[in-house]
Amino acid sequence: MKCSDGIFALFFLLLGNHLWCQTIEICKSCAVTTIREGVAQASDFDTLLIKKGTYKEFNIKVDKPLTLLGEDYPVIDGDDKGEIITIVSDSVTVDGLFIINVGTSYTADYAAIRVVESENFLIQNVVLEKLFFGIYLEKSKNGRVYHNKIIGDAVDEYNSGNGIQLWYSKNVTVERNIVQHVRDGIYLEFSDNITIHNNISSNNLRYGLHFMFSNDDIYTENIFENNGAGVAVMFSKKIKMQGNTFRKNWGTASFGMLLKEINDAEINGNTFEENTVGINIEGSNRIEYKNNDFVKNGWAIKVRGACYTNSFVNNNFLYNSFDISYNSNLNDNKFERNYWSGYTGYDLDKNGIGDIPYRPVKLFSYVVNRTPETIVLLRSLFMDIIDFSERVSPIFTPDNLLDANPLIKPLR
Amino acid sequence: MIKIQGLHKKFGKNQVLSGVDLEIDKGGIFAVLGPNGSGKTTLIKSILGMVVPNKGSISVLETNIKNSWKYRQEIDYLPQIANFPGNLRVKELIRMIKDLRREQGNEERLIDLFGMQPFLDKKLSTLSGGTKQKVNILLTFMFDGPLMILDEPTTGLDPASLIRLKELILEGKQKGKTILITSHIMRFVEEMADEIIYLLEGKIYFKGSIEELKNKTGQTDFEHAIADISINSADV
Amino acid sequence: MFKILKYSFYDLIRSRWSYVYFLFYLALGFVLLFLNNDLSKAVITLMNVIIVLVPLIGTIFGVMYFYSSKEFTELLLAQPLKRSTIFLGQYFGVAGSLTLSLALGLGIPFVLYGLFRSEAIWNFSLLLIIGSFLTFIFTALAFNIAISNENKIKGFGYAVLLWLFLAVIYDGFFLLSLIVFEEYPLDSFSLAATMFNPIDLSRTLILLKLDISALLGYTGAVFKQFFGTNLGLTVAMGVLLFWTILPVFRLAYKSKKKDF
Repeated sequence: MKCSDGIFALFFLLLGNHLWCQTIEICKSCAVTTIREGVAQASDFDTLLIKKGTYKEFNIKVDKPLTLLGEDYPVIDGDDKGEIITIVSDSVTVDGLFIINVGTSYTADYAAIRVVESENFLIQNVVLEKLFFGIYLEKSKNGRVYHNKIIGDAVDEYNSGNGIQLWYSKNVTVERNIVQHVRDGIYLEFSDNITIHNNISSNNLRYGLHFMFSNDDIYTENIFENNGAGVAVMFSKKIKMQGNTFRKNWGTASFGMLLKEINDAEINGNTFEENTVGINIEGSNRIEYKNNDFVKNGWAIKVRGACYTNSFVNNNFLYNSFDISYNSNLNDNKFERNYWSGYTGYDLDKNGIGDIPYRPVKLFSYVVNRTPETIVLLRSLFMDIIDFSERVSPIFTPDNLLDANPLIKPLR
Repeated sequence: MIKIQGLHKKFGKNQVLSGVDLEIDKGGIFAVLGPNGSGKTTLIKSILGMVVPNKGSISVLETNIKNSWKYRQEIDYLPQIANFPGNLRVKELIRMIKDLRREQGNEERLIDLFGMQPFLDKKLSTLSGGTKQKVNILLTFMFDGPLMILDEPTTGLDPASLIRLKELILEGKQKGKTILITSHIMRFVEEMADEIIYLLEGKIYFKGSIEELKNKTGQTDFEHAIADISINSADV
Repeated sequence: MFKILKYSFYDLIRSRWSYVYFLFYLALGFVLLFLNNDLSKAVITLMNVIIVLVPLIGTIFGVMYFYSSKEFTELLLAQPLKRSTIFLGQYFGVAGSLTLSLALGLGIPFVLYGLFRSEAIWNFSLLLIIGSFLTFIFTALAFNIAISNENKIKGFGYAVLLWLFLAVIYDGFFLLSLIVFEEYPLDSFSLAATMFNPIDLSRTLILLKLDISALLGYTGAVFKQFFGTNLGLTVAMGVLLFWTILPVFRLAYKSKKKDF
């Protein structure tokens, strides 16, 4: 039983029932001046009302079900000394705090808020700055991370942490958070049944979102922009990715999304815009790509290594420098009814489907794979002639890699 | 007027002028003659600055013409082949030349003289050879420079126009102009020229009046005298 | 010079060929827009076409004009005009009227299709800038060829060869040398090789606009600096300008030495 419901709290207060929900005010001139003291004095299900002010505290251990509620964003300044709040009890709510200066360490992953082996937690409206790790969920279940703002100042990967990290956690919702300038915006490892919805993860050093060994997760309508390497989904099964936007992930090893050893995923309705590589696929099978927009990417899709039985249906490929790139000449993937802006065929029977197939792999993409500097010859007449002759009689590109029914108009 | 010293010009391996010295310091009509390929046109073009000499100097009206172009204001030149930008009308061409020279011309009189009125609004590409030559003459004579160079002025003209041309040339002479003419029509030369400049193998072989030429060659007929030079020189 | 320019220009805008050129672009613009029904896509297609076609037309037209206006030139030479003035005037007249045909021929259909209300306007402006540069460069190169060759057939031959070389063959050798020497760091070389061909240079400008995502996928620091900052744009524009000025200077120089 939690005490987050104000009306219930008021009701119990009116009854004068002190055994139930009590509010302890914390401020410089109050009876209780530190949060640590507040936690120590509080009984289960009490609320600590932290008033505006700066609290220089760290290693606050919340070991009973409490609500830590900030009023007008009180500042908790850790002075770079270590972890700030560690939650080791079920049913803890943290709301409306401004936490800065988390300690940086090469041996311990200090976080602004850590939840350890607990359930039914809620972390919301929290602002984190100058952090190492932000919100760290460790072996925890059934919680919610909602509407937080995490703004780091990471410069190097080796001494920076992740914004929101889930480790061996289950049934957690991560929603409406903004994460910037940390190592990985959102990081999941061994975490299943997680919902990641409507977050904005941008300008992070490495990945905007990073999945490792996590299954049955769903992420929808998030925006990942200008991250060092985009989004990485690795060694995971049955992931659903819907309506996300991957934008402006530019660089040598940068992708809108990297899929590595991913099986049985659904990738629907996403937008990949202006990335060096829209999706980089390695060893991933049985993935359904549907209704995605690939707009102005260097490579819309780069297929490396063994990828079998993937299907690309009803996607829009708009003005990408290269639509598809393969590094082998075998193909077991299906391309069907996509719109390709590079398609130059015709539709004489006016059924909306081009009468000649489209071959999305250019010979030039092989040349560029081999000798990257040749990229400067993109769009030259010489390369166009060579690509054209390859299209007429494919030698280097997989013969069956084609969209037999290319659409004439883009899908809305 | 014109002073040429040691003029040499070579086109590739072909030595066209090899040391021409010429001085003309008075008005009058000077006919530049010589067999085909003797360098008449090259000489004239050198004076006009269209051909750049290898050696030697040319001054026109006391100024060295090397790298200079303003002196051409004083020269009225009638080129051998009259071809003009085909998309222009006659009227526009006249206006253009006046505009380029920043000079007023007395074209009205010449238009009447040659009966050019009906052609003024025609495009140059539609004109006949004779009419083009009339335009050519018109463009040359509408200005009043002290030096006039006429390269084969009689080409394609009907008899009436030829008479008018002669009148124009004589009129110029009376004004004290210096007029250089090349022509293959010896009757025309004989009738008009005060002095003959005869070019041979890139040099001036003879310069003087028709009488002097006749005396020199011992011929009584001008045409024969000219022919005589060619034959005798061929023997040399 | 402006008077010559004016008359050459008048002469040209009345000539059949300018109309052919203008109508060709007009038709190209309309056809592309009709087929694609999409401004951005049409602009991208046009960019590929422009960098090959404009040099070809500029070269052929330049050589043709130079030879066919020989008499006009001689008429001018007898006038009190500076030689360089005459040739530069004619050159700017030709290049100017070609540029005008290009701008109007493509501009009209695109404006009718709502260019000003579309975001394609920047790409379209770039297209026109590149088209103008290429017109000026290749007309100047054509004039240079023509002024150095009395023989028309030879002049035409050289002009077409020049185009073929810069539009296709050069890139072939370029690609070959990149593949042969792939063991070595090549990014400086590949950028330098681009600078020596105005068509490649224009292509680079287009790449900067359309393919920046792909270009940034490479490791070389020189590449990164060139394409990732404004350096690429500045350098490419500067060298294009240089490519325009150089043949014009040679033309002015050559015209002083030439006999007519």
